[in-house]
Amino acid sequence: MRNPQLNKNGELQHLLTLDGLPRDILTAILDTAAPFTEVAEREVKKLPILRGKSIFNLFFENSTRTRTTFEIAAKRLSADVVNLNVSTSSTAKGESLLDTVDNLCAMQADMFVVRHAASGAPFLIAQHLFANGRNDIHVINAGDGRHAHPTQGLLDMYTIRHFKQDFTQLTVAIVGDVLHSRVARSQISALTTLGVPEVRVIGPKTLLPTEVERMGVRVFHDMREGLKDVDVVMMLRLQNERMNGALLPTPQEFYKVWGLTAEKLALARPDAIVMHPGPMNRGVEIDSAVADGAQAVILPQVTFGIAVRMAVMSMLAA
Amino acid sequence: MKIRISNGRIIDPAHHTDTVRDLFIADGRIIAQGEAPDGFQSDRIIDATGLVVCPGLIDLAVRLREPGYEYRATLESEMNAAMAGGITSLAIPPDTDPVLDEPGLVEMLCHRAKKLNRAHVYPVGALTIGLKGERLSEMAELVESGCVAFSQANVPIVDNMVLMRALQYAATFGFRVWLQPLAPFLSRGGFAHDGEIASRLGLPGIPVAAETVALFTYIQLAKITGARLHITRLSSAAGLHLIEQARGDGMDITCDVSINHLHLSDMDIGYFNANCHLIPPLRSQRDREALREGLTSGRINALCSDHTPVDDDGKLAPFSESEPGATGMELLLPLTLKWAMDAKVPLIDALARVTSDAARIVGITKGGHIAPGARADICVFDPDAWRRVTRDMLISQGKNTPFIGLELPGQVRYTLVEGEVMYGG
Repeated sequence: MRNPQLNKNGELQHLLTLDGLPRDILTAILDTAAPFTEVAEREVKKLPILRGKSIFNLFFENSTRTRTTFEIAAKRLSADVVNLNVSTSSTAKGESLLDTVDNLCAMQADMFVVRHAASGAPFLIAQHLFANGRNDIHVINAGDGRHAHPTQGLLDMYTIRHFKQDFTQLTVAIVGDVLHSRVARSQISALTTLGVPEVRVIGPKTLLPTEVERMGVRVFHDMREGLKDVDVVMMLRLQNERMNGALLPTPQEFYKVWGLTAEKLALARPDAIVMHPGPMNRGVEIDSAVADGAQAVILPQVTFGIAVRMAVMSMLAA
Repeated sequence: MKIRISNGRIIDPAHHTDTVRDLFIADGRIIAQGEAPDGFQSDRIIDATGLVVCPGLIDLAVRLREPGYEYRATLESEMNAAMAGGITSLAIPPDTDPVLDEPGLVEMLCHRAKKLNRAHVYPVGALTIGLKGERLSEMAELVESGCVAFSQANVPIVDNMVLMRALQYAATFGFRVWLQPLAPFLSRGGFAHDGEIASRLGLPGIPVAAETVALFTYIQLAKITGARLHITRLSSAAGLHLIEQARGDGMDITCDVSINHLHLSDMDIGYFNANCHLIPPLRSQRDREALREGLTSGRINALCSDHTPVDDDGKLAPFSESEPGATGMELLLPLTLKWAMDAKVPLIDALARVTSDAARIVGITKGGHIAPGARADICVFDPDAWRRVTRDMLISQGKNTPFIGLELPGQVRYTLVEGEVMYGG
C-alpha cells in the first residue's frame, strides 16, 4: 500500500498522521523547528521562505486557536493566507468536500491546512490530489475526527525534547479522554517512534480505545499508580459533551479520580513536566495550582507550536 | 430451443456428481446427461471442453436498487451483471425506496424482472411496514405476491416485543425470517470493527457484541416462537459460535456470509479505504479465519455477494460519511473459486455454497441442481482463466469494490436461464 504522505523518494509530501512516519523525518522536523523559535524574538518576525505561496486554511470544524497558530506560522514565512470557515459556507449549501477542494485548486493553492470532524478526511483530499496529478499541492492535517493531530503531536515532542533532551530514558503518561482524542493518538505514535521506553495511558475504561495496548502503551486506570515516577505528564482536554452521560457520571467525579492535582503530581518525578494541548478545563482535568505551577510547560508548548508549524510548512512547500 | 452442451465437466453439488459428459436441454428444461435422448436434434451446440458446467448461481443478497435508487443502478444494469456473473437466481432485500412492504410493489418488481427475462428474482419482503419495526407487514399477501421470506435488511427492530410478535406471526404460516444480527444501540454511530484498527484510525467502533447480543436475542425469540430463522451476513467467530450452540440445542437455523467478510478483514481498510465501509463491518483476521473455516465445514450454509451498488459520489467522502456497501455479483464466482483454492476446498463443495445450499435457504426446488426435469439454469465457466478486477470489466452500475486491482480466477463463458443463452457465445 502506498503511504499517501510520502512521495516516491520517501520525502514528506503531506503531513497527515505521525503513525508510520519514519523516525528520521520526525527528528528532521524537530531540528528544522529549532532555529524558527528565534524568529519570534526578532524585531522583524518574518522570513521569505514561502513568499508568493498561497496557503488555504480549510476548517470544516470550528477552531480559533489552531487556525490562528497556523496563520501566524504561514505569515512568518511570508506566505499568503486565506482562511475558509467551510462549516458555515459551501458544505452548508450541499457542496461536497472534494468539490470545495477542486475549486480551491483552481485558485492556485499551494497548501491546504485541513481540519475536519471525520477521521480520514485529509487522506481523502491527499488521495484526490494524487489521482489528479496535483503533486504540487500539499496537505497538512490540522485535526481529523478522533484520528490525528500531527502538528500538535510534533510540538509536544519538541517541548519534551526541549526540557528533557533524550527520549530514550523517559516515562511518559497521557491522562484522560484518550478515546476521543486525536492529540493522544498522535502523541502515542510520536513517542513510540522516537524511542520512549514507557508510554502510559491513564483513564477510565469508558475513555480508552479498544485494544489501546496494541498501540504500544501500558494501560492504567489508577491515577496514582500511573503517575508514579513519570518524567512527563500529558493531560488531555475533556470535551463538555462527554462530561455527563454514559461515559462519565459528572465532571466532579472525573476531577476527583483523574484530575491532576499537586498531591497526585507529587508522585511523579520531582522534575516532571506537565503539558496540556489547550484549551484547559480548570478544575475538571487539571487544578489551577498545577496549570500555573512551576512544572507546567503549557505556554512554551504554544510558542513552540508556531515554530513546529513553520518547520512543517517550509519542509513541504519551500 | 434444443441445446447440447458438449464435453464439459458437469459439477452438480446437489447430487454429488462431477463428471465430464454432455448435457441436453430442451424447452427450458434439462432433459438428459451423457447419452443424447432418442431423436434429439440440437439447434445449438456449446463446446464446453475444458470448462465447468454447473447450476446457475443463487445469490442470497442482491440490491438491484429499484425502486428508488435508480441513479445507483437499475434493474436492467444489474440483471446484466447477474448474467455476466453466472447468477441465475437472486434474492432481493426489502430496503428499496419505497420499502418492499406492499404486495402491489412486489408484484410490480417481479413483473419488471420477468419482462427483462434474465435472472429469477426472489423478493424478501419487509418484516415490518417501512422497516420501521412498529407494525407487521401483510406477510400472507406478500408471499402470494412472490416473497420467499421476510427481513429487516440492515435496519434492526429496536422493540423486542415487536420482534417477537413478528417472529410469531411469520411462524404461524411457517414463513422464513432472515435477520441481520445487529443490535441497534450497540451498532449505532459505529463504522468499523471495534478493535486495534478502528482505535488507530480513530473510527468509532462497532463491537462484536453488536452481533452476539442480537444473535442471542434472535435465537431465544425463535426458540419461543418456533420461527424459521436464517441469519444473514455473519461477521464474527463469536457469532458463529452462538449459532453452533443453538444447533447443539436442536434448533434448525441457517446462516450465510458475504464474499467481503470471507476474504477481507479490518486490516484492509488501510488508509480509510471507503470501499471497505460495509455493513456489518469487516472484523479481525481471526474472525475471518473462523468464517472461512465455517464455510468450508458447511456450518455456514451459503456464500453470497451482498451486492450493493454505490455510486462514486457515495464513496468519495470521508470513511464515516461514505455510503456503506460494495458491488459484488460479478465477483461471487471468482471469489468462491479463490476461497476454494486458498482453503483447499473441493470445487464441488465450494460450488454447493452458491448453488444447492443457497437454493435450500431460499426454498428453490426447480433450480440449483442438474437433473432431468430441472429448470435449465446453467453456468458454464473457465476455472483457469484469471482476470484482474477493473472498473471497466464490471457491468454492474456499481463500480466500487474492495477487490479492485485483484487478480481472480474464473471467467463465465455462458449463462443459460430456462434453456436460453442469456450471456456468452
